[in-house]
Amino acid sequence: MTLDIKTSGVEPRRQTFANVARRLGADKPGSRYDEATLDVQPTENFHYRPLWDPKHELFDRSRTKIGMADWYAFRDPRQFYYGTYTIARARMMEAQEKNFKFVAKRNLLSSVDPAWLDKVRAYLIPLRHYEWGANMNNCLMTDYGYGTAITQATMFAATDRLGIAQMISRVGLMMDGNSGDSLGTAKEEWLHDSMWQGLRHMVEDSFVVDDWFEVLVAQNVAMDSIIHPLVFQTFDAIGINYGGAPVSLLNEFAVDWYADSRRWVDALLKVVAAESDSNRDQISEWIRTWQGRAQDAFKPISEHVLGDGAAQAMDVRILELHARLAKIGIEF
Amino acid sequence: MSENPKKLNLKQRYKLLTRGLDWETTYQPMDKVFPFDTFEGIKIHDWDGWEDPFRLTMDAYWKYQAEKERKLYAVIDSFAQNNGHMGITDARYVNAIKILLTGVTSLEYAAHRGFSHVGRHLRGVGPRVACQMQAIDELRHAQTQIHTLSHYNRYFDGFHDWRHMYDRVWYLSVPKSFFDDAMTAGPFEFVTAISFSFEYVLTNLLFVPFMSGAAYNGDMATVTFGFSAQSDEARHMTLGLEVIKFMLEQDEANVPIVQRWIDKWFWRGYRLLSLVAMMMDYMLPKRVMSWAEAWEMYYEDAGAALFEDLERYGLRPPKYADIATKEKNRLSHEVWSIFYNYTHAAAFHTWSPEDNELDWLSEKYPDTFDKMYRPRFDYWREQAAAGNRFYNQALPQLCTTCQIPMGFTEPDDPTKICFRESVFKHERYHFCSDGCKDIFDWEPEKYVQSWLPVHEIFKGNCGGTDLKDVLKWYHLNDGVDNMDYEGSPDQRLWAEWTANRSKAAE
Repeated sequence: MTLDIKTSGVEPRRQTFANVARRLGADKPGSRYDEATLDVQPTENFHYRPLWDPKHELFDRSRTKIGMADWYAFRDPRQFYYGTYTIARARMMEAQEKNFKFVAKRNLLSSVDPAWLDKVRAYLIPLRHYEWGANMNNCLMTDYGYGTAITQATMFAATDRLGIAQMISRVGLMMDGNSGDSLGTAKEEWLHDSMWQGLRHMVEDSFVVDDWFEVLVAQNVAMDSIIHPLVFQTFDAIGINYGGAPVSLLNEFAVDWYADSRRWVDALLKVVAAESDSNRDQISEWIRTWQGRAQDAFKPISEHVLGDGAAQAMDVRILELHARLAKIGIEF
Repeated sequence: MSENPKKLNLKQRYKLLTRGLDWETTYQPMDKVFPFDTFEGIKIHDWDGWEDPFRLTMDAYWKYQAEKERKLYAVIDSFAQNNGHMGITDARYVNAIKILLTGVTSLEYAAHRGFSHVGRHLRGVGPRVACQMQAIDELRHAQTQIHTLSHYNRYFDGFHDWRHMYDRVWYLSVPKSFFDDAMTAGPFEFVTAISFSFEYVLTNLLFVPFMSGAAYNGDMATVTFGFSAQSDEARHMTLGLEVIKFMLEQDEANVPIVQRWIDKWFWRGYRLLSLVAMMMDYMLPKRVMSWAEAWEMYYEDAGAALFEDLERYGLRPPKYADIATKEKNRLSHEVWSIFYNYTHAAAFHTWSPEDNELDWLSEKYPDTFDKMYRPRFDYWREQAAAGNRFYNQALPQLCTTCQIPMGFTEPDDPTKICFRESVFKHERYHFCSDGCKDIFDWEPEKYVQSWLPVHEIFKGNCGGTDLKDVLKWYHLNDGVDNMDYEGSPDQRLWAEWTANRSKAAE
């Protein structure tokens, strides 16, 4: 039995905004995601050319070689607009905060094999700079990108990466008793240790790429698909043999984040590749280039952690990427 | 690993987690990684001299913002469920928030993109992170405004194609050109324009009128949005002040550059706010305060204190602030008159103020209203009553800089329209004021590009030669979104709804 509460109703005159109705094909209620996303970026009649880039309009389709008849063909499968994004991340962070507390309270890092913990410090803490690089790259996509559907996802990715860089830093602070020494050492290594130079070189090269979609493919697909699974899954799994479970607890956010990031990145590549052969070929070419570089760049770190097992572990991740991209129609 | 970790205060923790993340690149030159932060001539010797205006790490950011979002959306949901729009003072009020959605929401979005640009391209990690936080906050403001006003769109006209209109409708080129101007400038000018001149100096004149207006007029959804955005705005204002101090402290040679930007952006912001002046004095059925009062409180008093503070850096108050003060008793009347003339081409309604409203204006503007404006409104009202509601059929001349029709008057003679002009490459350009002329003269190459709506109509770029064609191109529903409030569907339906409600209450 339902209760029938009487209200003095007035009839709505329309269900949603006209631009949303046009895209839905009828005047029916639009979702919060649709209303906050579709067509929000201005598209025409810009007043002045940027002083810093007079060849382009403020928002300009020609800032990438990728062509789309409609840049809103992509919709974020996570339906993230600001509200849903922050609420989702606050939930993840709440769980992560509990893990931090749990590990700190029981001083669990002291139970990890010291040699392994030293290795964790060596491979994990300098990655805060890699994450910061990913932040910069996603910020660039938000700056140069086209269409709110994509640029809001890259904005969220940018703040995600800052968050992960800060969480890695917190792991460092747990290891060094909040002195910050581990962060200083990690930065020295990032800047000067030969093990990290390939990676830093690649990251710096990605900073000077102008085509924002290439940056997206390089960072969010090619580099991340090697580095995130190796570090937060493969390395972690090996660590279990050395009592490294507390480290896994500290990295849980990054693991969940990567699964979440793949959802929108894959959905985007699928739509863009399906649009045209030239898009598909261009994406493949970028992946070939950057994936090759990422493999080489990360090899010394992987070897440091996995020794002889490094080559095989890398192959697993490459095959994984082949399989993942094959599903969305991209070969490389 | 330590058994007894050192205690960190917020500042130390923030610094450790954030400030060391960047590095001096060597495989690519820094000037190539950050190609835009030197061409404006601003000299920064020590990026580490940046004082973080707020020390928010992402973990805390997600937590606080998610809490705010949960509360805000609970109110928006309940507003919709309970037909919250029926609680407003009068449907004329809705026209104020039509201006908010079509004219301001896109500015929030533009700020989001603009701060992403600066958040990527300044070379210090401190300012970059601060700008990124503002970038995502501004996305929040755009999206929460859309969601707040979505309910009004279901019941009232003029909201339905807000972003499309922002790109095309004549008066919306005023806010659009303002933000396009800032975004197309270099990163330091952008932060001076938006973070300092707008967010710090003038924001109380934008934000407070809309949000207090909402509160006074029963619009609980918009006022809740306002409260929710307030703590973000406080952060943005702090950033604005820090940016200015940082530039001024880094090098003395920065002072004249910053001064010129402050002069420019004060005037540009002030002209933009003339739309708000009209809204405050004419569009709120229940008035909060007059434009003149707001100007006195938020600019003359607060601004004076601020610029006194900044004097030690060698800054003086913005040029032409005295003109703005001279104009305070006429600004809203002149702008309302312009829109009264051209409301057949606008996506909101205007109307003849009622007697008690005219009396309020007489009281608030004792030196000017009865003498100069009341007779005009009386005449228009008589004409309207006689079936001759006046609509100006000629297209107005626009100021090349601010893009407002040339209806402002001489600083020292409020009965004479102010015309200024400049010749650049054998073409003559027109301005509403010395402030707008100065801005043009400094960067004529920029402002000759202005997409001036009236020019574009005459060039045939706006759907056709007939007003009807242009309105169609604007996606403006002729006879529905536009024209006088008297006789509009908004008015008719509001009368029906409130009558039904009274009947139900009997």
